[in-house]
Amino acid sequence: MTDTPRAFRPPLYLVLLASAFIAVWLVAAALPFVWTAWGSLKLEGDFFSKVSWQDALYGPRTQALTGSAFTFQAYHDVWVGQGFWRQALNTILITLGVTAVSLTFGTLGGYALARSTARYAFWILIAALVFRAMPGLTLVSGYLLPFFEWNLWGHQWTTIIVLVALNQPFTLWLLHSFFLTIPRDLDESALIDGCTRLQAFRLVVMPVMWPGVITTGIFSFLVGYSDFVICAMLLSEDNQTMVPKIIGFLGTTQQPGQVMYAVAATVSVILPLLVLVLFSQRRIVGGLVAGAVKG
Amino acid sequence: MPHRTFTLFILPSMLAMLLFIALPLLSVVVQSFFVEHAQVLVQVETCDPFGCKTEIRVDAGAMQALNDQEPQGRFNGLGTYLDSAHLAVTELRAIWAGAPDMATGLSQTLNLPFYRALLFTLVYTVVVSPLSLGLGFLIALSVNVLPRATRGGVVYVTLLPMIVPSVIGALTLFWMIDQNGIIGAFLRWITGDETLSIKASGALAWATLFAHGVWSNAPFVFIVFFAALQTVPRDTLEAAMVDGASRFERLRLVTMPHLAPIATFLMLILIMDNFRVFESIIGLTATAHASSLSTLIFFALRGDTPLFGSAAATSMLTVICIFVLLLPSLRRARTSFRTKA
Repeated sequence: MTDTPRAFRPPLYLVLLASAFIAVWLVAAALPFVWTAWGSLKLEGDFFSKVSWQDALYGPRTQALTGSAFTFQAYHDVWVGQGFWRQALNTILITLGVTAVSLTFGTLGGYALARSTARYAFWILIAALVFRAMPGLTLVSGYLLPFFEWNLWGHQWTTIIVLVALNQPFTLWLLHSFFLTIPRDLDESALIDGCTRLQAFRLVVMPVMWPGVITTGIFSFLVGYSDFVICAMLLSEDNQTMVPKIIGFLGTTQQPGQVMYAVAATVSVILPLLVLVLFSQRRIVGGLVAGAVKG
Repeated sequence: MPHRTFTLFILPSMLAMLLFIALPLLSVVVQSFFVEHAQVLVQVETCDPFGCKTEIRVDAGAMQALNDQEPQGRFNGLGTYLDSAHLAVTELRAIWAGAPDMATGLSQTLNLPFYRALLFTLVYTVVVSPLSLGLGFLIALSVNVLPRATRGGVVYVTLLPMIVPSVIGALTLFWMIDQNGIIGAFLRWITGDETLSIKASGALAWATLFAHGVWSNAPFVFIVFFAALQTVPRDTLEAAMVDGASRFERLRLVTMPHLAPIATFLMLILIMDNFRVFESIIGLTATAHASSLSTLIFFALRGDTPLFGSAAATSMLTVICIFVLLLPSLRRARTSFRTKA
């Protein structure tokens, strides 16, 4: 704050007003997650108490039945009883696949787009923007029948490549804008020194591109991890990922405790994201800004 | 960069997009002109001690053979587009021929599944996009006057509604407003009305969906605006201050014009994203009160027998709507490219 001239400093009432507003927003942003995490440690009879809304706070049934105010019952039921670890493994596989393939395709393409001065490079970027607007479901209705016919449905690698393709427009734009920040002279001097384009790309440009690649990688990771509709449509029951599975818990007829499977699974999905954001907040912010301002 | 090298570098990316975005679009176009085979019916005579009767049954074997032979179904031309589940031309004609006044006609039109979904999708886009832009802008302005030390924490919490998968975020909200969830139960307790349910009311269901939309979109807007606020030219702000501009005038005359191009771009992204509203409807279990173009496609494909023709026709209509929405900005991009060239 020391570099801010005195006249620029906001008056006290404004700071108070802003603080109050931000406080309200932060509660609104975090409360649903905090509350769900809290409730996941209770029994269904308390979290969805028919008697009093205060039961969720104090947990009388949880206390009576388990002897403690908190219980990991729901987590045990869903991870062990329902075999949620299988969906977790599938999610890891899909997520890693999407990130790896997406970055390989994206860095090559983004580099070419950033270095080409031809007019078609611009049109490819515009086409990517139009593709970005296509809802995933619209395209799924195009895949589904051919996939059934050619026996491509239900395989993890099909889902990976579809997710990569759907996300490629965003990846291309983002990486293209990151490559633009690397001076052309760098690869041109490598070319003069006798490198081929691929060598210049691999040995000279990529080593300074890591921040951009990691940022883009985080977004690719999120695509694979968060996807609901593509995975729900293209994967079979036994290689399903976590997010569609949670909806599956709710979809079948309600049995006692079934909701708590979904609650515990939901918290399990959110927790890794909390850690991810903790360690990569700056990169996520940087990526969003680069994608929006330059894209 | 030589054309050949360019082609080699862009090839994997282009192939992926052509095979899984462009080609499916073509496949959707083709599919929308076809419809499932009519059921092959056979007359079966069953005789028992009390006599004989003829029944009409579906011939499963013949259906199977037909489906194997022509998996995409039979040609239907524009039939699917015009049927009652889509543009509903005959129904529309009947409604407007018999409607006593505008209001009845409109409400009957909006009972047709396609128009109902279109209405919700448009209202959602039109309500949620500007509200998200406004909320994100307000958060950015507020964080900008807070002490620097608080920023990291505020950004962390603000990112959450955006980073968490939309359907998961909607679920957490859903459990809170559930009749036995904390907000739902609290409302019942406060009003003393035991039957009060947010889920049961159509208007409240829409409001919840809108709230979820703004909640999950505002973080992105905030991040981008907040970064842009740091680039507002200091000199201009100082000059404005020397000229006696108040804080509000500086905001209106210096900061907002500086942010305008970014706001336009954000609006474009928000419209694109909100037009495909889908996950929150599933997460909030609001399918009884709200359907969007995307949920129509989803449920057409999710039935016991997937209705590929119907899903494809809805998809095509969705794509057309998106093109109409994007046309102004595409035209602008083209003119700006022309002036540059």
